[in-house]
Amino acid sequence: MPPTHTNPPLLAARGLAFARNEQPVFGPLDFVVDAGEALLVQGDNGAGKTTLLRVLAGLLRAEGGEVDIDGARATAVLRSRAMAYLGHLGALKADLTTLDNLHFFTGLHGRRRGQMPGNALAIVGLAGYEDTLVRQLSAGQRKRLSLARLWLAPAPLWLLDEPYANLDLDGINLVNRMIQAHLREGGAALLTTHGAYAAPPVRTRMLVLGRPA
Amino acid sequence: MMAAAAKALMLRDVRLLLRRRGDALQPALFALLVVVLFALALGAEPTTLAKVAPAVLWLAVLLAGLLALESLFRGDAEDGTLDQWMLAPVPLAWLVLTRTFMHWATSVLPLLIATPFLAELLHLPRVQLPVLLASLALGTPLLSLIGAVVAALTVGMRGSGILVALLALPLYVPVLVFGAGSVAAAAQGLDPNGALLLLGAGLVAALVLAPLAAAAALRIALS
Repeated sequence: MPPTHTNPPLLAARGLAFARNEQPVFGPLDFVVDAGEALLVQGDNGAGKTTLLRVLAGLLRAEGGEVDIDGARATAVLRSRAMAYLGHLGALKADLTTLDNLHFFTGLHGRRRGQMPGNALAIVGLAGYEDTLVRQLSAGQRKRLSLARLWLAPAPLWLLDEPYANLDLDGINLVNRMIQAHLREGGAALLTTHGAYAAPPVRTRMLVLGRPA
Repeated sequence: MMAAAAKALMLRDVRLLLRRRGDALQPALFALLVVVLFALALGAEPTTLAKVAPAVLWLAVLLAGLLALESLFRGDAEDGTLDQWMLAPVPLAWLVLTRTFMHWATSVLPLLIATPFLAELLHLPRVQLPVLLASLALGTPLLSLIGAVVAALTVGMRGSGILVALLALPLYVPVLVFGAGSVAAAAQGLDPNGALLLLGAGLVAALVLAPLAAAAALRIALS
């Protein structure tokens, strides 16, 4: 730990590696993410971006290496307090209304101080859709609903897997605005992208994943 | 925190159930049909029916519960909700227990309520009804908990419907033996309490162990 750091980084990975059926998928990787920073994970399809996020979230077991959260070794309890995960799957119930979906997640995860499901819907541009069933929403609108769920999560560290997918220009700007606001409040974000979108205008580190030789 | 999570999950399951009322009635209709088929096949002789009634009712309830088992975690695994469960600040085993309880309450509990009527259909002697209900009340939650472990183990597999049944049925055997056995013992004038107490003990053990095992199985299945 360099002495210039007054606080330990929000997330630090040392020698993190993952293999599937003894085929290395990525790593070993070393990186840190401080509060107020975004880490842009870039790589081609199949480079292991999604796998990296799932390993960090504890959904997959790393082959080797360590993950620290706030200077302490990551455990399931620490992860659940610190991390909010937005995956390819929206974790939305098609037969429930948008508001019921959000209420379920705030019950499960708690919610960000001062935020309610109703105003989260307004933030992502779904005001007026409170009683709409998710199955009647478009793919882009579902993505926006997932973003509202993310916004409500009290966790400081966002793990965003292709947050720009399915979104129009306005939606891409929305993601960037949300990340900016989240980082201003002392949060941090990891986002994967295959490089075709504009990164948010925040302090950004880069991590490029290539196929292991 | 744990109470809030359980409440949110229960509320969600009730809302989903209300949205798909037709699906919710299927296990009960299935059990009714099984009982009717047995009654038709065995003929209308009340003494014959009364003799097999406990076994038929137990089997009907067991099979109906088995039907609903496959959907226990499948939907949540397919739409990514399970990922969010694992990152929730409550133990995964607690969510598994809540989900299993809701599965029992929505698919098996209606059957328990219908059992006195089905028992009447099969000419079960009224004195045996309390023993039958007690054995079902203790045995069916145990079946749901065992089934939850099997459903969790197979959640990552495609087309696992029949596999769930093949894995769960052998594990159901002891529950069926003691459950139907307690009523059979009562029919012969023997004391059914021993079998009922064994079911109760099994239920207590499963309440603690099954959610932990199912949670571990879910983590493996999703990785």
